[in-house]
Amino acid sequence: MKLDSRTPEGPLEKKWQNHKANIRLVNPANKRNIDVIIIGTGLAGSSAAASLAEMGYNVKAFCFQDSPRRAHSIAAQGGINAAKNYQNDGDSVYRLFYDTIKGGDYRSREANVYRLAEVSANIIDQAVAQGVPFAREYGGNLDNRSFGGVQVSRTFYAKGQTGQQLLLGAYSALSRQISKGKVKLYNRHEMLDVVTVDGKARGIIAKNLVNGKVERFGAHAVVIASGGYGNVFYLSTNAMGSNGSAAWKAHKKGAAFSNPCFTQIHPTCIPVSGSHQSKLTLMSESLRNDGRIWVPKDLKDAEAIREGKLKPTDLSEEKRDYYLERRYPSFGNLVPRDVASRAAKERCDEGFGVNKTGEAVYLDFAAAIERYGKTEATIQGIDNPSKEQVKELGTQVVEAKYGNLFAMYEKIVDDNPYQTPMMIYPAVHYTMGGLWVDYNLMTNVPGLFALGEANFSDHGANRLGASALMQGLADGYFVIPYTIGDYLSEEIRTGEIDTNQEAFAKAESEVKETIDTLLNKTTKKHSVDHYHRALGKIMWDKCGMARNAQGLQEGIKEISALRADFWASVRVPGTKNEMNPELDKAMRVADFMELGELMCKDALEREESCGGHFREEFQTEEGEALRRDEEFAFVSSWQYTGNPSEAELIKEDLVFENVELKTRSYK
Amino acid sequence: MDLKLKVWRQANTESKGSLKDYQVKDVSADSSFLEMMDQLNEELIDKGDDPVAFDHDCREGICGMCSMHINGEPHGPETGTTTCQLHMRKFKDGDTIYVEPFRAKAFPVLKDLAVDRAAFDRVIQAGGFVSVNTSGNTLDANAIPVPKSDADAAFNAATCIGCGACVAACPNASAMLFVSAKVSQLALLPQGKVEAKDRVENMVNQMDLEGFGNCSNVGACAEECPVGISLENIARLNREYLGASLTASK
Repeated sequence: MKLDSRTPEGPLEKKWQNHKANIRLVNPANKRNIDVIIIGTGLAGSSAAASLAEMGYNVKAFCFQDSPRRAHSIAAQGGINAAKNYQNDGDSVYRLFYDTIKGGDYRSREANVYRLAEVSANIIDQAVAQGVPFAREYGGNLDNRSFGGVQVSRTFYAKGQTGQQLLLGAYSALSRQISKGKVKLYNRHEMLDVVTVDGKARGIIAKNLVNGKVERFGAHAVVIASGGYGNVFYLSTNAMGSNGSAAWKAHKKGAAFSNPCFTQIHPTCIPVSGSHQSKLTLMSESLRNDGRIWVPKDLKDAEAIREGKLKPTDLSEEKRDYYLERRYPSFGNLVPRDVASRAAKERCDEGFGVNKTGEAVYLDFAAAIERYGKTEATIQGIDNPSKEQVKELGTQVVEAKYGNLFAMYEKIVDDNPYQTPMMIYPAVHYTMGGLWVDYNLMTNVPGLFALGEANFSDHGANRLGASALMQGLADGYFVIPYTIGDYLSEEIRTGEIDTNQEAFAKAESEVKETIDTLLNKTTKKHSVDHYHRALGKIMWDKCGMARNAQGLQEGIKEISALRADFWASVRVPGTKNEMNPELDKAMRVADFMELGELMCKDALEREESCGGHFREEFQTEEGEALRRDEEFAFVSSWQYTGNPSEAELIKEDLVFENVELKTRSYK
Repeated sequence: MDLKLKVWRQANTESKGSLKDYQVKDVSADSSFLEMMDQLNEELIDKGDDPVAFDHDCREGICGMCSMHINGEPHGPETGTTTCQLHMRKFKDGDTIYVEPFRAKAFPVLKDLAVDRAAFDRVIQAGGFVSVNTSGNTLDANAIPVPKSDADAAFNAATCIGCGACVAACPNASAMLFVSAKVSQLALLPQGKVEAKDRVENMVNQMDLEGFGNCSNVGACAEECPVGISLENIARLNREYLGASLTASK
């Protein structure tokens, strides 16, 4: 099989305009007769649902949470990128495009990324029009800050709650359409299968999570906006319910899954504290604007700190190793996430870690507090301020910028980050891989679309900070409203989708069978969490921040054995006709155990290091990633054949006409 | 630490519930309250018992999905904290902890500690938005300068996570703090002013229809709010509502 990206002809900066001008449309009277199902109500799902409903389509929106406002986009902290160039620092659509391609280590499609950069500015306009309260300067204009991997300030933010504010904006637009009856909301519903008829997506099977009822829903198109699959690692910064099942079910129904091994390990998360831990918490990348990352220079000092004999504040400047500033002088603490994470792992592996487990580095705000304090003293006209005054004034500035993050840190760790440096360590955060889509964001299954983190298209092998919010909203507000028409224009004569068709009945009975199998086991050994934790450990050890062929081969075998044991003896309590969160979790973990195996296979086949994918066999003498463009400048898309480790590889060559492939350097 | 729990168990909305006694041993002081509940559930599952159903998702205090009345307070004893961010170091070895669902007529219990808060969504659907369609042609984001103080005040109101603690804390199960947070956010910004009168009337009407009580003037809502939404918002809501009812065209 071949996958055609259907990238429009013409010069890069004209492709989207030309495509929009020539795309097929659906007239308003026909839109009223067309149904669209949207899975997920995060930034991509909510914005798509609202926009398509505004255009006149009938939308059915599904979320597993109790309210669409809970989707995990809400937890995004730092900001959203847009090429507005309000700071007059040389930003442009081209520069945002270039930074994203380079940040992604040259493993994404030029045309898709350019379009993303092109519509980015409109997202900010749209959000402001909705009443999203972005941070502003005293003159009343919008404020910006800087993020990793770039040298301009193009990130718009609302304190440390940018995701919350943008999601509530999209949720309010969605709510408006629900009130008009154009969107029917199915909260506490989980999609358990896609239904295809004659090769086209025609609907879904979903479970009502309150009463356990399995129901059929028909539509002319199905849009998957269900987010990423980071929870395959058990511990991640994802929400507890975030899952890969919708995308995985689509994959099993024929949709190709691309670059599954491209996982983003975020450098600044609160370190693991013990076996009780159920999730990890991110500390926004925006903190790297002002925080300096370090470990002790001397192994003995690191040891003393681990044993509690020495405090970080006891170490003088010359005894500290600001390793990012040392290794990457031009980007310093603002190197991209993959680079920062690997550098932290390298120091900790060498024995410089600073907490009990040896897996933590410092993120220190003392310098920023002093710098801001002095500036503030000058502004307030205080001559020769005392050290304490400077500290107090500086602390106030830092609190205004990052107060909620510092408070969250203190709650979790029970330590005051204004006084002693924060401790951080990398954790699984985002998945760049996802369902393969063409330029229209349609998968290779006609009528089945994928948006936001659920697709693979824009971030290559590493996503830049503040670009996930941008992509989710770009896809939902400004791309799918145009591109879905290209497909739906052929569906105007189809009429309502009949859910009594054979394909629906078959899919429904398969789902019910799986539920019965899980509940009616004769041997019940371990809880669902037991298996999830075991899977997470395999994935983190074998397919985490550094990978090698031997480990990946072992990983595939171990996951396959774990899966067999799960199906033989998982213990799922309760019945099917009630609210049963353990059963819901079991279904998600079952899918993770297949997806994890495919991730290992993908990582094994990609014999190069790029972005978040670091193969130990492929590194330079200084330990930097060694990309192999001649052999691996392609998208790896996998076709399901019945067993994840026997999936068939389809390559889509990446053609770079506008940027020159270079070794990424942040030195 | 070892703990005694008294947990509300209720099979579904129609059935009658009651408090059941449980014990959890060797709880880490560093675990969160929900991780302690996970531990209880894992033990129940291993024994073949039915685990306790409760709502939770992000576990970082922002999604608003977790709830629980802990020792008589929504989200437990620590101020400015959701249940998922409440850590066990706030409790002592040997403590007895009461764990109940949020209680309000408008939030029916679904199972055990999980309640239905869809009423909040319907209040937002009644008017908690700016009527602007998606378009690539809205005004440039900097076309209307907004004073920083207004933008900051709007932001503070907009940080409401919609968890319902305000309702659970109020003797009248009033949703005034929740409604006032959205009304305030949009009333403070130029973009929201056009529809301000209709918005406040529609949202308040919906609030009443859902069965939330009147404001009790007790102020427990703001006291228990995990994100510190201030009572000032209720004052603003009242001003907006009064203004709208005196001057609205409808």
